Amino acid sequence: MRRHQVLAVAAADLKRLFKSRDYIIPLAILAGLFFVFVPGIMLPLIGATERSPLMAQIGDVIGTLPQQIQDNIAGDTPAVRTAYAFAVYLLAPIAIVVPLTISSAVGANTMVGERERGTGEFLAHSPLTVQEIYMGKLIASLVPGYLATAVGFTVYSLIVNLTVGRQLGGWFFPTTGWWYLILWVVPPFIAIALAVILRLSARVRSAAAAQQASTLVTLPVIIASYGIASGLLYSPAYSALIVGALAWIVAIVLLRSGARAVRRERLLGVAADA
Amino acid sequence: MNDPMVPAIEFRRVTKLFGPVRAVSELDFVAPTGSVTVLLGPNGAGKTTTVRLTTGALKADDGTVQVLGLDPSDDEQGQEIRSRCGVVPPKPAFYDQLTGWENLEFAAKIFEAELDDARDAAVRFGIDHALDQEVGGYSTGMRTRLALARSVIHDPDVLLLDEPTAGLDPESSRAVLDLIQELAGRGRTIVMCTHLLHEAEGIADQVVLMDDGTARAAGHPDELAAAYMPEPIVVFDAEDRSVLELLTDLDGVTSIHRNGSVQVTLDDLARLPDMVATLVTAGARLTRVEPVTPTLEELYFRMQRAHREKT
Repeated sequence: MRRHQVLAVAAADLKRLFKSRDYIIPLAILAGLFFVFVPGIMLPLIGATERSPLMAQIGDVIGTLPQQIQDNIAGDTPAVRTAYAFAVYLLAPIAIVVPLTISSAVGANTMVGERERGTGEFLAHSPLTVQEIYMGKLIASLVPGYLATAVGFTVYSLIVNLTVGRQLGGWFFPTTGWWYLILWVVPPFIAIALAVILRLSARVRSAAAAQQASTLVTLPVIIASYGIASGLLYSPAYSALIVGALAWIVAIVLLRSGARAVRRERLLGVAADA
Repeated sequence: MNDPMVPAIEFRRVTKLFGPVRAVSELDFVAPTGSVTVLLGPNGAGKTTTVRLTTGALKADDGTVQVLGLDPSDDEQGQEIRSRCGVVPPKPAFYDQLTGWENLEFAAKIFEAELDDARDAAVRFGIDHALDQEVGGYSTGMRTRLALARSVIHDPDVLLLDEPTAGLDPESSRAVLDLIQELAGRGRTIVMCTHLLHEAEGIADQVVLMDDGTARAAGHPDELAAAYMPEPIVVFDAEDRSVLELLTDLDGVTSIHRNGSVQVTLDDLARLPDMVATLVTAGARLTRVEPVTPTLEELYFRMQRAHREKT
């Protein structure tokens, strides 16, 4: 596989994507909502409502958690402990939801879009191998999700530390569990979803069908990864390492076989099953 | 580079099926290296599928295709073929959000060509002034010029042009035909699909008449004329056209067609001097006596008619 050709395919797709306001604005809103708006509003509110009945209820809920988890929740007052719990545990799955949603939205259109626009004809007649086309498209689908996550995660970290950190004696976020999550667990889950979505995108007849199909694929992956991500934050570090490794194995198997879905006749739109 | 002894493109009993539809059916044709081959036929004749089989974008269900001595259905050889072919599809498509230059730059990277060559190609087709604009705002003519530029940035050995002048203004059409002649002059092999007969006039070394996915006839236009229109045709005109009625009764005239002037089909061109003498003796003041080379259009319809009669 030739690296320059792969990067050329990915770069062309990314340039096109970043020039498409129809795509960028909704995706930016989604990332902004999860990474900025929710923590930016919710965490200060928690700090400001220390004596409310709601805070007492949340404190009761935290009190029902296993002692090991309670020990991990930092803070001296119920409000600080609640804010810490929100920041570190309850909002954790957004780290998966946002990149998964963005990458799948991009990936769903990538192959079928070539066919619908007619640009697939150029790729079909080009010396690119199907593996190079597939890998370029995969990178182009991964980058927006990860870019949103990297920027969003940085902003989220700032908000969390600025709003809750003062009461906890300084910067406390990201915690070790979050680093494992972001760097080791989230990537293979996105890869798993994209491996399936790119296959679908190569096979379905229209972009609309690709979007619908990708939703069906992404939803269970989001639910599963949401649960796993939440659970891992409460668990010892080796759990994240094991889960991440297993997810990587599944992702690699799916990605290696995924290139077979790309066929020149599908890019031309003349395959019997396209 | 090209080996002139090896046909650039060779189809042997090639069949391509799309479900129950035979898009190409036992197609035979050879495009010699450095020649201009025109695939002529109505819509649905199988011309586009033939182009796609040539680059290996599609694989034949039966028969063999050889391009530059290589097999396009083989992954590695197909890649080599595609790197040496330039294709202009019937409806050139681009990434509309990207500029003309960004599209050319992309193609240059894919074909491992120099960016300077991409710039030169744009200048050559007169699209360099619009390279900073997004392609979404291009007219049909501009898109075709960009497609032409994109097809030659890697200096291909084989150029496949599928209806390249569709929707073009006369100036752009002329640019396409000039390109074909220039590249052919440099030893490149050109295959052009068209249903516009006048486009093939004058540039075709070989015409392949396609219909229903197969080649009905193939050869140089002169060979086809000899095969399908063996009887010479001569156009007569005179100041007083009534005298030309005498032609009807002359020996050797096999048919006569009046359209202002008179078009006469003869059994032998050697009869012409005697015919002229007869008319002049009868007092005709002739203004035109011209043996006619049949146009591709006449050939095309004659071949179609011959095929229908045979089947």
